[in-house]
Amino acid sequence: MTALSSLQMAAFIAVMAAATVITRFLPFWIFPSNRRIPGAVLYLGRVLPYAVSALLVVYCLKGVSIAAPPHGIPEAVSVLLIVILHGWKNNTLLSIAGGSFCYVFLIQTVFR
Amino acid sequence: MRKCSFAALRAAFPHTIPVLTGFTFLGLAYGILLAAHGFGPLWALATSLFVFAGSMQYFALGLLALPFDPVSVFLLTLTVNARHLFYGISMLEPLRSLKKPHPYLIFAMCDETFSLYCSAKEPEGVDREAFLLWIAALNQFYWVAASTAGGLIGSVLTFNTAGFDFVLTALFVVIFLGQWRDRPHRIPALAGLGSTTLCLMLFGAQDFLIPAMGLILMVLLLLRRPLEVQRKGEEAS
Repeated sequence: MTALSSLQMAAFIAVMAAATVITRFLPFWIFPSNRRIPGAVLYLGRVLPYAVSALLVVYCLKGVSIAAPPHGIPEAVSVLLIVILHGWKNNTLLSIAGGSFCYVFLIQTVFR
Repeated sequence: MRKCSFAALRAAFPHTIPVLTGFTFLGLAYGILLAAHGFGPLWALATSLFVFAGSMQYFALGLLALPFDPVSVFLLTLTVNARHLFYGISMLEPLRSLKKPHPYLIFAMCDETFSLYCSAKEPEGVDREAFLLWIAALNQFYWVAASTAGGLIGSVLTFNTAGFDFVLTALFVVIFLGQWRDRPHRIPALAGLGSTTLCLMLFGAQDFLIPAMGLILMVLLLLRRPLEVQRKGEEAS
């Protein structure tokens, strides 16, 4: 099912690497050590990580359809399990592994 | 690099153990999925070495079956990794204390490494920069090794990988829950959730990411005054 040639894949990796480097280095390029950081930037630095993780959760679940079977049930059950596990043990790996195994099990057996 | 390098490694290693377990699981799953798309262990190695951004690497799996479009790959990477900008902004001050921070410290600043930069303290007599460099290098090593191993396993054995991509969803749900405990930050979290859901309904699953980022920025900037007032109030009490 390979759609990309090796050359395209190499270019794909290079593009991702370049964009990632930009996101990591840009603040240090814009604000060298002698330059003051504006209040709005500091404020966004504090609040944006919280908003962005919500965005990423929604992004991951964007393909879920409530109308068509399985009506988002595997996703809902697995996310609920993560919420319960995380509230109970507060162990990142346990919550990720528990939720993922639950989802894989549901997708591969119950809702095949 | 510097003197006391070994001491710095010994001091850094225990801090990275949670990352080692997490990256083993996420990395193996990534390598297996990439192999299922027809790209074996060397591709996993190259991606983890040069990109080293787990969430984007997972996102990219979904793009492999589509025609290659460098511009949208570039924009999507900027969007998915936009949070790094804010990690960078948060690290501006701390890294200024090192006279000339090694560029690798910034290159390898993934979510987990960033949180260790913030929390881990080096013991007396260990060079701060050497300590941080080891944290970054160990974390990347775990990720590269696990994803390459996953690539090897995935090219030898055939798996039913249906549902494996949920690892990424689980990761973000857990990050979100961890942040949700942080009561004063529930408003930005809800702003993110609301803006993104709204844009998903308005623009559809293909095109909502960039408008959602824009809307989040606008909403957060509008909320700046009340949120900063609230924060000052909490600091004072």
